[in-house]
Amino acid sequence: MAEQHFGLLGLDDISVRFGGHQALDGVSLDVAEREIVCVLGPSGSGKSTLLRVVAGLQEADAGRVLLDGRDQRGVPAHRRGVGLMFQDHQLFPQRDVAGNVAFGPRMHKVARPERERRVEELLDLVGLPGAGARAVSSLSGGEQQRVALARALAPNPRLLMLDEPLGQLDRSLRERLVVELRQLFGELGTTVLAVTHDQGEAFALADRVVVMRDGRIAQSGTPLEVWQRPADAFVARFLGFDNVVAATVSGEVADTVWGKVPVPAGTAAGEAWILVRPTGVRLVHADEGLPCVVAARTFRGTHVAVTLRPQDGPPVDAACPLRDAPEVGRTVGVAFDASEVVPLASTAPTASTTATASN
Amino acid sequence: MRLGLMAVPCVFFAVFFAYPVAAIVARGLRSEGAWHLAGFGEVLTDSGIRHVLWFTTWQALASTALTLLIALPGAYVFARFQFPGKQLLRAVVTVPFVLPTVVVGTAFLAVLGRGGLLDDLWGVRLDTTVWAILLAHVFFNYAVVVRTVGGLWAGLDPRQEEAARMLGASRLAAWRRITLPALGPAVAAAALMVFLFTFTSFGVVLILGGPTFATLEVEIYRQTAQSLALDTAAVLTLVQFAAVGCVLAVHAWTVRRRESALRLVDPATTARRPSGAGQWALLGAVLVTVLLLLVVPLSVLVARSFDTAQGYGFGYYRELASADGGAFLVPPVEAIGNSLQYALAATAIALVVGGLAAAALTLTRGRSRPGRLVRGFDALLMLPLGVSAVTVGFGFLISLDEPPLDLRTSWILVPLAQALVGVPFVVRTMLPVLRAVDGRLREAAAVLGASPWQVWREVDFPLVRRALYVAAGFAFAVSLGEFGATVFIAQPDRPTLPVAVTTLLGRPGDLNYGQAMALSTLLMLVCAVCLLLLERSRTDRTGEF
Repeated sequence: MAEQHFGLLGLDDISVRFGGHQALDGVSLDVAEREIVCVLGPSGSGKSTLLRVVAGLQEADAGRVLLDGRDQRGVPAHRRGVGLMFQDHQLFPQRDVAGNVAFGPRMHKVARPERERRVEELLDLVGLPGAGARAVSSLSGGEQQRVALARALAPNPRLLMLDEPLGQLDRSLRERLVVELRQLFGELGTTVLAVTHDQGEAFALADRVVVMRDGRIAQSGTPLEVWQRPADAFVARFLGFDNVVAATVSGEVADTVWGKVPVPAGTAAGEAWILVRPTGVRLVHADEGLPCVVAARTFRGTHVAVTLRPQDGPPVDAACPLRDAPEVGRTVGVAFDASEVVPLASTAPTASTTATASN
Repeated sequence: MRLGLMAVPCVFFAVFFAYPVAAIVARGLRSEGAWHLAGFGEVLTDSGIRHVLWFTTWQALASTALTLLIALPGAYVFARFQFPGKQLLRAVVTVPFVLPTVVVGTAFLAVLGRGGLLDDLWGVRLDTTVWAILLAHVFFNYAVVVRTVGGLWAGLDPRQEEAARMLGASRLAAWRRITLPALGPAVAAAALMVFLFTFTSFGVVLILGGPTFATLEVEIYRQTAQSLALDTAAVLTLVQFAAVGCVLAVHAWTVRRRESALRLVDPATTARRPSGAGQWALLGAVLVTVLLLLVVPLSVLVARSFDTAQGYGFGYYRELASADGGAFLVPPVEAIGNSLQYALAATAIALVVGGLAAAALTLTRGRSRPGRLVRGFDALLMLPLGVSAVTVGFGFLISLDEPPLDLRTSWILVPLAQALVGVPFVVRTMLPVLRAVDGRLREAAAVLGASPWQVWREVDFPLVRRALYVAAGFAFAVSLGEFGATVFIAQPDRPTLPVAVTTLLGRPGDLNYGQAMALSTLLMLVCAVCLLLLERSRTDRTGEF
């Protein structure tokens, strides 16, 4: 990475190796003040290791960690002034809620009255007013989550890191908390670096999304950018798009195993991989377009996901309106919309990328 | 950091264990500046010694087998059944383990010996047979098996067996293929502990063995204290050392295997009320065994202490307060004060040394597999369990007698020797608990700004505090009952309880016998109180004992 200007947090070419496994491989990343960055990737892609390196819990084999421009080499975890919310919260079982939240300020020698004020304020903030005397074991998952957040915020960390912040919660609670968290961080002006394997969580929370694969950064951008223009087949598949196919582009048409597929104007000519979003797959009369057999239908709430099997090549996913979904076993024709076709970088989707996206 | 923590235990072991043992071995094998290793051949071909070696080994094997046979059903009952009085029974079962060996020997003498319970009832005497020794060993080690195996058994998820049965295994096949392999390492570990304790058995054999039966440890004592044949004693010490080293190596191996991924569940969820005649019969059989084997000898001991020539009363106890008996320079009752003082000091030393050692062993965890250095250190800590206590005691006498370490006249000598035996218990009790503390809790504290020392104080200490009490209780009880080393180094005017009991037993007459019973009862009482306090603070994962 050529640029030498780093924000609040700068990672410069970080590598970590566990035995024969390269957990992080030359990762460079920049987080600006007040920015919320979410690292997204399948399990084993090195996300948690990244946080541990920043926190000082794991030493990097190569590269630099900079906080406010200062190299953190040799600075122990307790002097880095960053907060980390652990995946399974790691609340101290022998302390009550207030004892957990007050832990950080106490370590930083904050006087008792000030500490108590801070605990009260934070418990209000996370929506648990008056819960200070409760035992940690009596808390529900969502409550533990909030206490862990309050505890991480209590020492006023210059950077707050969240490891799978909502991983263990049920779906509705998770969706509500993501919105609350984003609001909260906006109000407090907190700089946040979060990691998750849940794309919904990442897109809802982050100003910027960083997709990781095998210890490297595969793509970095705003949620919209990443969603609209996945950089390569891995990112596309990780985001749940499976209509990825090899193509030869010439002009506004790509030649694929599915036949001719229109591509947006300006697509570079030559060998490439292209993604067709399911919404860009139109079902037409059987003797028009690519003939396919309907292999499966899955109800998705707002639409029906239909899996179509052409005579040649990988299956095609289509999103159909609820009423128009064809029966399984019927033969239909398929046509593609150029506006929903995305040319990808030329990396081939490998076996390891197709096996990911476990949720 | 880790090396810093290891320094204190290492220095302690070097000065108060390795040095005295080496000194006495050298004294025996070296004269006029040359080593005399020919002694090995002579000693090992001596038919008397070979008989001792043979007896030591087979009685240890037999004791171990018998203990497993009798105690495994008990382990099952404690693990899987819920019944009223279970807590109390668990405490009763554990009392013998922390009892001084001298008391155990005395109790069995009172049941099986001349004028004992069986002699009175049926004219049966077993004190001259090997059965007395074997039964006393079972009595002593019952708790080791019940605790080690039962503790794991209670944590095994019964649904594993149920899953096997759903896949078509019969009840027996499910047990044999699922539960038994899971228990295997725990059974092996328990068996090795029992073997180790019985292989080095001293007090029990000294009292019950008579002139016919002697273990290595007893023979070392006789050679050292009675024949002053230091060369023979030195060879025997090394032989015992080697044998124990082998056993400990196997033990370390099984412990490592045992730590492998078994998913354990809360023991409270696996126990239920016995149902059906078979299960009630099993529970009954275990209760009867505990009653006959554990309760009867202790009760007889207590009864004998009150059974004076003038009928039941406190006669023997009153006699303890006077020095007229002639066995000691001081009234025997003073031994209580001595013992308590020594044991408290020994406990403090053992906690510091063992606590630091356990902390050093835990530090290495999280990172990677413990290295060879650490495993060696771990094994070193267990050695005092197996090295002849007699040798250690005598070694203290001959090695710590010149400046800067002239401790012969200091009272601290006894606690130092007793602490050596306490350290392994402290380490074994603390280690599993310390290792069970989730490393990420420590990380969470560090990220919140806690320095390494604050992490220990704020995270580790509150979680292991109860284990620390348990470790202290064990160290205290073990120190209180320590006999092999203490018998050498306790000053004649400051005997400890076990030393006083043995001295009284060695003298003729009903009065001395009665006083020995009375003192043993007092010693047992102190140990029992200590154990009850310990049971109250017992956690689910307090160690391997």
